[in-house]
Amino acid sequence: MVEREITSDDRDHVDMATAPVGPPARRGFVRGVLASMPVWLAVVPFGVIFGTVAVDAGLDMVQVMAFTVIVTAGASQLAALQVLTDGAPAVLAVLTGAVVNLRMAMYSASIAAAWPGVAMSWRIPAAWFLHDQAFALSMRRYADRPDEPMRDKLGFYFGVGMATTTVWVIATWVGAAFGQQIPESWGLDFTVAACFIAIAAPMIRGTANIAAATTAAVASVMLVWLPAGVNLVVAAMLGIVIGMIVQARLGPRDGPRDGPRS
Amino acid sequence: MSDIELWTVIIGLGVVTYLIRFSFLGLLAGRALPPLVMRALAFVPVTVLPALVAPMILINDGQLSADPARIVAGLTGLVTGAAFRNVFAAILAAMVSYALMRAGGL
Repeated sequence: MVEREITSDDRDHVDMATAPVGPPARRGFVRGVLASMPVWLAVVPFGVIFGTVAVDAGLDMVQVMAFTVIVTAGASQLAALQVLTDGAPAVLAVLTGAVVNLRMAMYSASIAAAWPGVAMSWRIPAAWFLHDQAFALSMRRYADRPDEPMRDKLGFYFGVGMATTTVWVIATWVGAAFGQQIPESWGLDFTVAACFIAIAAPMIRGTANIAAATTAAVASVMLVWLPAGVNLVVAAMLGIVIGMIVQARLGPRDGPRDGPRS
Repeated sequence: MSDIELWTVIIGLGVVTYLIRFSFLGLLAGRALPPLVMRALAFVPVTVLPALVAPMILINDGQLSADPARIVAGLTGLVTGAAFRNVFAAILAAMVSYALMRAGGL
């Protein structure tokens, strides 16, 4: 679905590609902030969890906040931290986090196709906000209102991106500052696993996805004797190959569709 | 983990993540990805996350071990997330069932 949108957009906007677009419109920005509110529900607990887990792992407040502001990608932050606390070298932790974030190249391609004529001075800051929520909400908005002026579309994206990123940073700080007061009986040692399951579960639909996810999970457990982080990368690659083979046999309709809806 | 390792990860992952996000928005100026690469990328989240989580549930001290609380809570989160397509509901379901299993002595 995403693939088709890109190619058709590219063709439709060929002439517009040279027409410059003004700065993000305030009207669109406010709409974006409002539209992002429901997903704060998902962002807040996740940020609190990262703050708590990072302090548990021995990070100080400056390190936690630097991590969350510079990377702004929760799942990869938790993954990199997990690999690092398992005793793997920093390079493998970066590689693991990067693999978790590879999906964002897909988001980048989709947003780029929807933004003909947008100046580089807006693309540079926009990339920093390109997380699951900004991508999913903006693409849905662009699909619902294809005729909206480009400045409003740009504003909407910045509204969603800046609001969710701000909420994310504040939630991380709350977790880092107060997370240690959460009673042990709540089982916070399980939160990281719960987060990863919760993000993945809604996306594991259809035979190809189920085959890919199962292969990756089983391979990762069977390869646990490999150095920390290596089993993960190998298992994920095996899962991707199996998923693509199953998808090719069943036809293109049975694969992953769009990004996660959190 | 040393401070140097940690800052390497923070800055390294920050730079790499930014470059991934900026890739098509800026560097490649809206060129579309080859369909084969798009198809492979689409499988990344559904493989990396299960590969991360499976050992957290099934491995203890480097050994395969069946912890009923973690297995039941993991499955609860998986089923809830798949059924309702809602991240928050899935986190909540997994955490509540984990806390209940632990409270029940499992």
